[in-house]
Amino acid sequence: MLELRKDIFADERDDNLKEIGKPTQRQDMIGHVTGTTAYFDDHKLAGMLHLKVLRSPHHHARIRRIDTSEAERSGGVRRIIRGADVPRNLNTLLSLLNFGKDDEPSLATDKVRYKGEPIVAIVANTEREAFEALTKVRVDYEQLTPVFDVEEALKPGAPVVNETYPKNTFEYHGKYDHQRLRFGDVEQAFASADHVLEQRYQMSPIEHAPTETNGSIAAPEANNRFVVYTCAQGLFFSLDTTAKILDVPSNKLHFIGGTVGGGFGGKVDSLTEPLVTLAAMLTGRPVRYVLGREDEMQFGSPRGAERIYVKDAVMRDGRVTARQVRSYFDSGAYTRLSSYAVIKCAAHIPGPYTIPNVHADIYCVYTNRVPATAMRGFGVTAVDFAIECQMDKLAHLIGMDPMEFRILNAYRDGDMKAHRREAKNTALIECVQVAAEKAKWSIRDEYKRMSSRAGGGGARAAIPHTKLDSGLQAPARPAPQRTSYDRPLPPPVAPPPPAPPPAAPPANVQHGAARFSSVFGTRRR
Amino acid sequence: MKHRGKGMASINYPIGMNLGGDPSQALVHSNPSGKFTVALSAIDLGQGMKSVTRQIAAETLGVPVEDVYVDTADSDTGPHDMGSFASRGTHRVGNAVAVAAREARGVMMEAAAEELEVNASDLDTDGLGNIHVKGAPHRKISTKDVAIAAQFKQGKTIAGRGIFLVPLSEVDPETGEMSPATCYAHACLVAEVEVDDETGEVTMVRMDSAYELGRALNPRMVEQQLVGGAWMGVSHALYETPEPYYPEPIHGPRDYNEYVMPGPGDICPHNIAVLERPALDGPFGAKGPGEMCANPVLPAVANAVFNAVGVRIDDLPITPEKVLRALRQQGGAKPQQRR
Amino acid sequence: MKAPVQFKHNGSDVAVFVDGGASLLTALRDGVGDTSPKFGCGQGTCGVCTVLIDGEVHLACITLAETVAGRSVETADGLKSGPNLHPIQTAFMDNFAAQCGFCTPGMMMAAKALLDRNPSPTRADVIDAISGNICRCTGYEPIINAILAAAGSRQRA
Repeated sequence: MLELRKDIFADERDDNLKEIGKPTQRQDMIGHVTGTTAYFDDHKLAGMLHLKVLRSPHHHARIRRIDTSEAERSGGVRRIIRGADVPRNLNTLLSLLNFGKDDEPSLATDKVRYKGEPIVAIVANTEREAFEALTKVRVDYEQLTPVFDVEEALKPGAPVVNETYPKNTFEYHGKYDHQRLRFGDVEQAFASADHVLEQRYQMSPIEHAPTETNGSIAAPEANNRFVVYTCAQGLFFSLDTTAKILDVPSNKLHFIGGTVGGGFGGKVDSLTEPLVTLAAMLTGRPVRYVLGREDEMQFGSPRGAERIYVKDAVMRDGRVTARQVRSYFDSGAYTRLSSYAVIKCAAHIPGPYTIPNVHADIYCVYTNRVPATAMRGFGVTAVDFAIECQMDKLAHLIGMDPMEFRILNAYRDGDMKAHRREAKNTALIECVQVAAEKAKWSIRDEYKRMSSRAGGGGARAAIPHTKLDSGLQAPARPAPQRTSYDRPLPPPVAPPPPAPPPAAPPANVQHGAARFSSVFGTRRR
Repeated sequence: MKHRGKGMASINYPIGMNLGGDPSQALVHSNPSGKFTVALSAIDLGQGMKSVTRQIAAETLGVPVEDVYVDTADSDTGPHDMGSFASRGTHRVGNAVAVAAREARGVMMEAAAEELEVNASDLDTDGLGNIHVKGAPHRKISTKDVAIAAQFKQGKTIAGRGIFLVPLSEVDPETGEMSPATCYAHACLVAEVEVDDETGEVTMVRMDSAYELGRALNPRMVEQQLVGGAWMGVSHALYETPEPYYPEPIHGPRDYNEYVMPGPGDICPHNIAVLERPALDGPFGAKGPGEMCANPVLPAVANAVFNAVGVRIDDLPITPEKVLRALRQQGGAKPQQRR
Repeated sequence: MKAPVQFKHNGSDVAVFVDGGASLLTALRDGVGDTSPKFGCGQGTCGVCTVLIDGEVHLACITLAETVAGRSVETADGLKSGPNLHPIQTAFMDNFAAQCGFCTPGMMMAAKALLDRNPSPTRADVIDAISGNICRCTGYEPIINAILAAAGSRQRA
């Protein structure tokens, strides 16, 4: 089924390797076929308790009162956890990278912003007893008007979803509600184009739906530590998020995982680890919190929907001379990772093509739905759908073969990309040629002869005059790259009100933006 | 009546977390009998992290793959890794493993050189568990004997540490100038569909594709990703969503019966070609196929539907209802140019 | 109140105590300690808990534990005989028919039920047999190939 085209780019490779390139059997395959591969839930611990959460039935509501008195008396209940029990009940995942403001509670206290938002956690002897106790929790809601459409959410007067971002958009660079991409002059290109095509595309939300649902098991371990068996896609990401939310030193936590029953991006958010670890701390017992399938389907974070407007200028001879993109990421009620996806999307425009005028505005918008998260192709899948449907329409408009149209416009080594970096190591043309061959889709000889390594650079390497929104000219050269090592330090954050003196001062983060435990923690050996 | 159509899409995909700043570390060490452990905290979601890093370590060390075991993930013993997402695993973790394995190999060769009384530069591994003098294969020592000698006689530790980091890039607020990635994978896919103009159903007939991914470290595992990913792409294009009436949040599926995905009876043949243009900074030039394998399918299928019946569905998923409404509005199927 | 359940588990006599209403999946994973059948939905829609009861395919998550009293239950854990892999297991390995592996135990049991009653299945028979087992990773093609290969190898054996 798989054909290795060793003939292409052969002069750039040394194919005389011993192990690399071999179809070696997977290290984990024998475990998979004998049912002995150990996932997080395959750890059985004596005296394990079960945690389930009460979820908001409303899309948007104020919480007037939470009454857990009857639930506390329910059979088998060990502990009820509320927002006030969570040491730091406001977080955003990318705060670990100093990106964004804390905007999401682990357990809602005064407001719920999406249907399914966790409000109360119940820890009981059995799952059944936890579910029964949940039905006895009484919550008084005052329903609020929700907003579900990204463009509606941006209109003045729209309901405020998340008070941390009162205009329902993430704030970029301290001043803009979107990420910009500016390269050349699209307006001039539209004015002189043979055809201008403007279209709207809508990518739906997608649920990762791995066969293993999200979940984790936390338990007290020797030496006053806690072990957490997890399906997390980022072990330290999850550990550090948990340490932050529970306000404990990172080396108090021992995270074990690495073998996951499918992720696709849906197990990055640390949906269960903070609460289950807190439950283990509060009860002194092993606690298991696993999402049921219905919860996973509707309340496990999805790939966010995206609405994309693409406006292109094309010439009769096949050259796309301008691309203007306006895209709205539906982040749902909280930021999670969508803020990052917006920048990744901006970097991806206009696709693998050399287009001399590019303009993009990408937004991260809040609505009253389950917060979105990463999924396979994050930031790119939807915009590729839009761009490639658009390319097909343009080809049709000018009567050119779609394959040849791609080859003509493809980027080549040495071309300048819209984010002001040189294209290197390109291979789009060769992929198109080989796919055409395989599909018996005939293309003309001159297109079969084109190459990623020829015809690029030169005039195509220039950065065009670019007028910014302010009216000023953008620089004509790429900026010297500044890395995390020489970026100025973030401004100091005001410390919280004085509390009893801490046992030990927290590690002082100086280096760049990243703050991950193993950089400063200790290895036990 | 059923109409066939072909559509295509071509894409590229950035490798690693956008803007960089996503480090991975690895530790490699030998036990007393010359068997190696690679300690990571990287995550295997099924994409094969444990297997591909094992092969990279074996190749770099110059030992049989059976003599390498990848141990992950334990925060006590595995050094930091950012996580398995953004198609970063092979590139970032793979590079870290290669760095660590190179250091470990260096110590191993020095220890062997001392035992054989030659310079380390005169030696090579044979990939079968021995270290021998170049040009004189009979003058050799097993990696097991080297490990014993190193640890118990010479006082050397056959071990290595590795980290790989693409330094974090800035983003210009006005122009969007940034360094999103150091390398990109590429793909082109042709989808052939059959559209029933009475039911609106779209059936997959076949897919032909070409994926460029730097270096196919393990062709069988690459195949797993490309076949499985393209299946997911079909599912995105034609079937699945938790909000079928987006942006109205109604009638959301609650289980696999209601969350529609193609079953084993819905799949079609997929003929794949793999191209390799090594990334300048990938482990043996490898990039990462894990995400981009699904992306070209969505627009290729939409374009194929247009080719078959002349309607454009710009709203995913392409359900029978949407196809029928569009056909009705168009006044019936209008098949486009045959390919 | 816990109820005793005695049954044959992969050929061995076992006895466990279960809560009233407990599923066979819970009895196997927590009671017997056989974690090869997995929890994927608890609704009987994904198939990762597929086991054989008296040779027939059943979904352990929606089977009451007490209903298997006196019956024979087979799981993926029992496919091997001693150290030797079952032809289905070998075929799954050879055809790279698993990635995350979570659906694999259930998938193999569905395959076993098919091949035990129909040693020469067609591709359509195989598709029918695994249509109750969700796989999110492989795209099904390698799994279908593996089961056909296992049928072929059993024929040759």
